[in-house]
Amino acid sequence: MVPVECYFVLSALLFFIGVYGFVTRRNLIAMLISIELVLNAVDINFAAFNRLLFPGEFEGFFMTLFSMGVSAAESAVAIAIIINVYRNFHSDQVNSIENMKY
Amino acid sequence: MANIIMFGILAVVILGSAVMCVATKRIMRAATFLLFVLFGVAGLYFILDYTFLGAAQLSIYAGGITMMYIFAIQLVNRRTLQGLVEHVKGSRAIGAALVTLAGFLTVTIVLLKNEFLFRACEVADEEVSMNVIGEALVGSEKYQYVLPFEFISVFLLACIIGGIVVARKEKEDK
Repeated sequence: MVPVECYFVLSALLFFIGVYGFVTRRNLIAMLISIELVLNAVDINFAAFNRLLFPGEFEGFFMTLFSMGVSAAESAVAIAIIINVYRNFHSDQVNSIENMKY
Repeated sequence: MANIIMFGILAVVILGSAVMCVATKRIMRAATFLLFVLFGVAGLYFILDYTFLGAAQLSIYAGGITMMYIFAIQLVNRRTLQGLVEHVKGSRAIGAALVTLAGFLTVTIVLLKNEFLFRACEVADEEVSMNVIGEALVGSEKYQYVLPFEFISVFLLACIIGGIVVARKEKEDK
């Protein structure tokens, strides 16, 4: 069995790689992809905690399942907003929507 | 032992793909590397014997969300596809790297200093049965999850309608 520390270190690394991408990228879709990395890191942690520290219970399992559904819905709405922004500003960089109106 | 070897392979795939995903300049390549990260995470769920979770990860994330990103990139990002490179300021990248490193060290030290980590050996290598998952998902007792299940279906419906309303092209008012 893999020791649980390995999962912690892996998910912490994945989380902060996602944070780094979120801070440095200026493209809306690239920022959204970084958010997906962060969410996946959190899901790994939920599943590993549940399986290795509390076997026989299912809180982490269902938290992961529901967080998958929520993140699917979130990225669908975010992509709709990005397409609308592109249609109005003809650009998908963050700097172009500083005023939040057009 | 086989588990540890598989975990190592998956960890290398996940971390390498994630680094490439945030480091590459082209948005299409970032989406492709995101797909590899998602496959790796699904593999981790299979190692943890959560096969249902792994299957859900494959079908929702790798099958659904990545497709949606690729469609959005094709719709939005005409110039990037023709090789526009994104400018990342050096000072911003260095600052972000420092902040990231500090956060990573903090989180890792906090997690590894804890004393609750040593029950791992007791877990038997057996799959969680689909029966148990299904009963917990639609039961209404304590530790059963029919209410969030219904909530998330309503939430998905709201997001579908919201997405359509936001992305719809409005008619010009005269």
